[in-house]
Amino acid sequence: MTGSDLILSAKGMTKQFAGFMAVNNVDLDVRRGSIHALIGPNGAGKTTCFNLLTKFLQPTSGTISFNGRDITTLGASEIARLGMVRSFQISAVFPKLTVIENVRVALQRRRGTNFDFWRAQTVLGEFDAEAMRRVEEVGLEDFAHHTAQELSYGRKRALEIATTLALEPEMLLLDEPMAGMAQADVERISALIKSISAGRTILMVEHNLSVVADLSDTITVLARGQVLAEGGYETVSKDPRVIEAYIGVGHG
Amino acid sequence: MSDHTMTGRPAAQRATRPLAIPPLHLAIFAGLLAFFAVAPFFLYPVFLMKVMCFVLFACAFNLLLGYGGLLSFGHAAFFGSASYVSAHAAKVWGLSPELCVLMGSGTAALLGLVIGSLAIRRQGIYFAMVTLAFAQMVYFISLQAPFTGGEDGIQAVPRNRLFGIINLSSDMALYGFVFVIVFAGLFLIYRVIHSPFGQVLKAIRENEARSVSLGYQVNRYKLAVFVISATLAGTAGATKALVFQLASLTDVHWAMSGEVVLMALLGGMHTVFGPIVGAAIIVTMQTISPASAPGLQCCRA
Repeated sequence: MTGSDLILSAKGMTKQFAGFMAVNNVDLDVRRGSIHALIGPNGAGKTTCFNLLTKFLQPTSGTISFNGRDITTLGASEIARLGMVRSFQISAVFPKLTVIENVRVALQRRRGTNFDFWRAQTVLGEFDAEAMRRVEEVGLEDFAHHTAQELSYGRKRALEIATTLALEPEMLLLDEPMAGMAQADVERISALIKSISAGRTILMVEHNLSVVADLSDTITVLARGQVLAEGGYETVSKDPRVIEAYIGVGHG
Repeated sequence: MSDHTMTGRPAAQRATRPLAIPPLHLAIFAGLLAFFAVAPFFLYPVFLMKVMCFVLFACAFNLLLGYGGLLSFGHAAFFGSASYVSAHAAKVWGLSPELCVLMGSGTAALLGLVIGSLAIRRQGIYFAMVTLAFAQMVYFISLQAPFTGGEDGIQAVPRNRLFGIINLSSDMALYGFVFVIVFAGLFLIYRVIHSPFGQVLKAIRENEARSVSLGYQVNRYKLAVFVISATLAGTAGATKALVFQLASLTDVHWAMSGEVVLMALLGGMHTVFGPIVGAAIIVTMQTISPASAPGLQCCRA
C-alpha cells in the first residue's frame, strides 16, 4: 500500500485521561475511496478515536495525517475546511432552523470566513436552489420548511447527512450513524451511505457488527483502546478474539 | 412520536421563511418610528429619551443573549464606561455631542474586545461570572479613578452644540438627536440578526459543536458579536449621559447589568422586538414607582 492510496493515517495514536488509557497506540490507515468501519464493544475507545481523528480531542501522543499532510496540531474547524467533515452520535442539526436553513448554513461557508454583519441575508438566496437539491437528495423535500426539531430521529440523521454533503467533503466521518434507529430507517440510511460513498471516503464508527457487514470494505475492531483485528467482514467476524470480545461483554 | 419512520407525510406544508424583511417587521418599525416621532408632543421628552436609551441598551444586550446565546452579566461595564467617557468629553474637553457619543461607543468597543476575548473562552454560567468579574473591576476603577468624580459622578454635563452648530440645550432638540441615534442603532441590530453573519450566529447558538464541524471558527463569531453588542450598549450609555447630564456609579453598578437581563427576558430573548417592550415596561415602572426600583436611581435626574 503506497502513501497516496491512504487518505487518512494515524500512527501510534494514544489518548490518556487522568490515568486511564482510552486509546492506546492505535495505528489506523484508511484507503482512499473506501468505506471503513471502526467497531468494538462499549468502552472500546471508538468515539475517543473518532474525536482524536477529527481533532475534537488532542492526542497525548502519536501523529495523524490527512492527504499526506500532518494534521496532528490543527484545530477542529481547520480540519473541516481541509475537506474532512464529521457527524455526531447525537444527531447534530440546528433545531430551530428549518431544514433548508440547516443546509444553507453549510453552503454559506463557501463565502469564506466572512463577518459581513452589515449585509442583508437576501444574498443567501443564491444558495436556495442548491440547498433544495441537497434536501431532495436525502428525500426530505416535503419537510424543507419545517424546523429541524420537528423531524423524526431518522430524518434528522438524513438532514445531517445532507448538511455534511453540502460541504462536498473528500472524506466523511460518521459517528454511529445508525444508533437508536428504527429498522426502516436503518435500511434507508444504509442505502444513503452507500450512495454517497461514490467518489468519497467514509470512516464510520458503529457498535453493531452486522450493520456494517454489507456496507464496509474494511473493518477495524477495537477493544480496550487497542486494535484487535482488521480486514473484511469475513475475516473479522470469524476471528476468535473478536467473537470473544463481543460475547465476553454480553453481545451476541 | 407518530412521525416515526421516513415514509410518513407531513401534516401540512408550512409557509416558507423568507430571506427578505417580513412586512410585519416593517410595520412594527414604522409604528415605532411614528410613535416616538409624535410622543414628545404629549409625553415628557426626558422620560421618552430615557426609554429610548434603555431600548437600545436592551436590544444591544439581547443581540448577544438571544442570537449569540451568550449571557453576559457585565454589560453595565460598557454602558457605564461609555457614559463616563461621553460625560468627560462633553464637560472637560467641551466636545460636540456626536463626538462624545462616538468616543463613548469606541471606549465600549475596546473594552468589549478585551473582556470579550477573555470571556468567550468559557461557557454558560462561567461566561456570565467572568463578565461579572470584569464589570466589577470597571466599577471599582470608576470609584477610584480621579476623572470619574467618585461617589459624586460627573454632574452638570453640558449638552453643547451638535456638529458645533445646533444648540441641544432644549429637550426637543436633544430628543431629535437621541431619536436618530437610537433608531440607527436598532436598524443596525436588526440587520446584524438578519445578515449572513447572523445566520452563522444562530447556527452556533443552536449547536456549537456542529458549527465547528462545518468549519466555522466559532470563537471569532462570538467575539465579533460580543464587540458589536458592547459597542451599542456603549452608544446607549454615552447618549444617556448627555440626556441626564450625569454619569455616575449607578451606570457601572452590577444592578444595571441585572436590569438589562430583566428587560431582555421580560420582552422575550429570542425575539427582535421583545426587549423594546421589556425596556419600556421597566423604565415606565421605575418612573411611576421609583422606590421599588433601587437599581435605576441614576436616571431620575
